[in-house]
Amino acid sequence: MDALLPILGGLLLVGGAAFLLLGGLGLVRMPDLFNRIQAGTKATTLGTLLTLSGVACLQPAWGLKLLLIGLFILYTNPLSSQVLARAAHRAGTEKSSKTMVDRLAEDTGEK
Amino acid sequence: MKKLLNFLLLFATLLLFWVWLNGSLAADVLIIGVISAFIIALLFRDSLAVFSGLNPTPRALGYSVLYVFFFIKELIKSNISLAAIVLSPKLPINPGIVKVRTRLKSPMGRLLLANSITLTPGTLTVELEGEWLYIHWVTVESTDINAATARIVAGFEQYLEVMYD
Repeated sequence: MDALLPILGGLLLVGGAAFLLLGGLGLVRMPDLFNRIQAGTKATTLGTLLTLSGVACLQPAWGLKLLLIGLFILYTNPLSSQVLARAAHRAGTEKSSKTMVDRLAEDTGEK
Repeated sequence: MKKLLNFLLLFATLLLFWVWLNGSLAADVLIIGVISAFIIALLFRDSLAVFSGLNPTPRALGYSVLYVFFFIKELIKSNISLAAIVLSPKLPINPGIVKVRTRLKSPMGRLLLANSITLTPGTLTVELEGEWLYIHWVTVESTDINAATARIVAGFEQYLEVMYD
């Protein structure tokens, strides 16, 4: 067990780093702000959580505090993305030409 | 009465997190924690708290645990599908903002739903207006309200419905 934990921790760290890298790639490749937020939010959430669990395996004494950090990220990450997306939509940020439908613009246009 | 309960709940939650973060029960840490938790709880007792609206039944508690597992599963699925999109050279996206409806009444339930939707496959809550949620979807599968609701909202709603009114 003592030998396994560091290996598991290392694997989790690598996994977390991989998702964070994918998130960064998503930020570059996605065409408009909304899609970029999507790539950013999801990858950073899982990437950070994996990294935190990796650290928890390597340093079990930090476990409780790391769990608290994880909870904080789980609550705040989606909220900040939502607020950013809403603000961007209200400010009329340009959407990708691939966008099929925008019910929100249709509905706010009617009012 | 309700205000006092809200105040006490918020105070207890804040103090718990403070002690948790510090990892110590020394007198000076506790005193600072009590004073700041008291002031914050006094200022924000009327705002939404983590536990407001949560049904205090064993069934709701059990569903909360199930919900966490369902959520983690969805989060991992979401990341894999996003990774597939980002890594494919053609970038197969089909974005749009769709409108869905929730049956949840409690503000905390709706908040959790909106947060969960944001963290799951290809969806991002843009605006929340009463029972209507506007969702940005990377790969729009249906623009119909009912179909989109079934696809995006229903999975979480079955848990949240039991946890919150």
